[in-house]
Amino acid sequence: MSASVAQVLVEQRTHFVRRWTRTSIIGSSSFLVVAALLAVLPFMVNLSLVYSMIDLFILVILAMTWNMLAGYGGMVSVGQQAYIGIGAYSMVVLADSLGLNIFAAIALSAVVCGVIAIPISFLVFRLVGGYFAVGTWVVAEVVRLLVVQFPQIGGGAGISFSAMSDLSRDWRIATSYWIGLGATVIVVAACVLLIRSRAGLALTAVRDDMTAASTSGVMVTAVKRLVFVFAGAGAGIAGALIAVSTMRVQPDSVFSVQWSAFMIFIVVVGGVGTLEGPIIGVLVFWFLKQLLADYGPLYLILLGVIGIVFVLFVRGGIWGLISRKGRIELFPVGYNFSKKL
Amino acid sequence: MSSAPLLETQNLGRKFGQLQVLSDFDLRVEAGEVLGIIGPNGAGKSTLLSVIGGSVGASTGRILLDNEDITRTSASWRARHGIATSYQIPRPFLEMTVLENLLVASTFAANARGKKAEDLAIGAMKSVGLEGYANNPASSLRLLDRKRLEVARALAANPRILLLDEIAGGLTESEVPELVDLIRHVSASGVTVIWIEHVVHALTAVATRLICLTYGRILAEGEPQAVLNSPEVRSVYLGLDPDGENEAESFVKNRPSEVQKEPNTHA
Repeated sequence: MSASVAQVLVEQRTHFVRRWTRTSIIGSSSFLVVAALLAVLPFMVNLSLVYSMIDLFILVILAMTWNMLAGYGGMVSVGQQAYIGIGAYSMVVLADSLGLNIFAAIALSAVVCGVIAIPISFLVFRLVGGYFAVGTWVVAEVVRLLVVQFPQIGGGAGISFSAMSDLSRDWRIATSYWIGLGATVIVVAACVLLIRSRAGLALTAVRDDMTAASTSGVMVTAVKRLVFVFAGAGAGIAGALIAVSTMRVQPDSVFSVQWSAFMIFIVVVGGVGTLEGPIIGVLVFWFLKQLLADYGPLYLILLGVIGIVFVLFVRGGIWGLISRKGRIELFPVGYNFSKKL
Repeated sequence: MSSAPLLETQNLGRKFGQLQVLSDFDLRVEAGEVLGIIGPNGAGKSTLLSVIGGSVGASTGRILLDNEDITRTSASWRARHGIATSYQIPRPFLEMTVLENLLVASTFAANARGKKAEDLAIGAMKSVGLEGYANNPASSLRLLDRKRLEVARALAANPRILLLDEIAGGLTESEVPELVDLIRHVSASGVTVIWIEHVVHALTAVATRLICLTYGRILAEGEPQAVLNSPEVRSVYLGLDPDGENEAESFVKNRPSEVQKEPNTHA
């Protein structure tokens, strides 16, 4: 191209684009400080709280990655439990049967789930909206039914995870906690880096308007596939952590659709399509769970009611209420136009 | 044929159900042209642009870019290969800022990276006068500014062919010349422009050729003033007595104030 709009439009640079803002510097460093403080928690509080915190980490990972999928990519999946289950079983096979190091086994479980998500994406991407949701659920059920056919991995009864059974109970819980914390920091950082990247710009455009994104040159399907694989890998890590913390993988539990219900609740309440929302949503969910754990079904009914109220009246979730007056970013993912000094 | 046109449509047709919006449409657009398109509402103007831009598929016929058949390519592919569209009804990325909206186009349609993508986006933003809103979410813009953003997004795509759909409607008398200057500027840089407009005097100020469409067919085509003065155009589009003298020109001059209300009806 000899002449182009570029040459006409580009004049002397009087402005520049900043990625970091004051709030994102504060937000990101607070995130790291909180993570560092959480690392010493097992020495300070009783172990039952530490143990329940592992659940919180698993939920953060699930909510963050489901939000990438649904909040940004517009793919409302209710079948992420497929990858939770595959991740959990991969963990058992890789760490117990093949004797891999725990960390390597978790990373590989994520890879296994990401790879399995690729062919599944070609299947479910033929569906949209509600059909996509049902389709992903069907895939998850199919995976569960396949897995229970294999007595080598426990069939319908499930299988124990014993790679960490040499450790004393206290050390096992503390170690699981640290593994969970580390994985959470890595997954949150991966989400932030993804949204901050070129692919993230495309994904944010897809979130706002898929058609307009396409007419602006975004390869929408490729971006959606990328995030589908990413979310599959994330759910795989969560599954691996479930195996580590509960020391047992039961098909009815890891492949339960309840995981998807929790993810939807968390993201809807926290704020869909934002990086901050799912973290807030997890805190709300986790505190409700601690408060209402003794009430059984009443607790689930209450969660449902809260979820419905948010969907109907608080579309942006809690983070939407907080940042209503203008955009606040706790992570450096936006582009800010500033005058040169 | 010695040299192929930049863009060509052959027997292009588009049906919506039983409604034939475009039929047997043959168009040749040479590089560097500013092709103006006028015609009554429902003539198929916007459909034509959407079919060329790729957001609406062709029912029949072919579209050639540089003599290469692009009929089956997606809107995204065409955006990446130099065809940018500013739609009549703006569809900004509402939760993204003005700058980010433009960065999407410069990053993906123009395939620019880093500083180059930023320069393109900032340049496009300044050219439509939106730099004061750079960090505001697009959802906070008024309709007229959303239309400016839509034009800027097409410019940020660094196109070879710029498709504009009614970008002057709603502008004030003083703003129209600025817009005309911008398009003249863009055209002078070598960009080919296809521009649908009801504000006819804006169009005739830059158009090198004018087409009047009606019922999905070409009613008249050629040098802008000649098209406006042709009896068919006078009666079908301008609604004037085909043989009246010089009324067309005064009508055209008065037209903008009349169409100022239009954007609201689209919103």
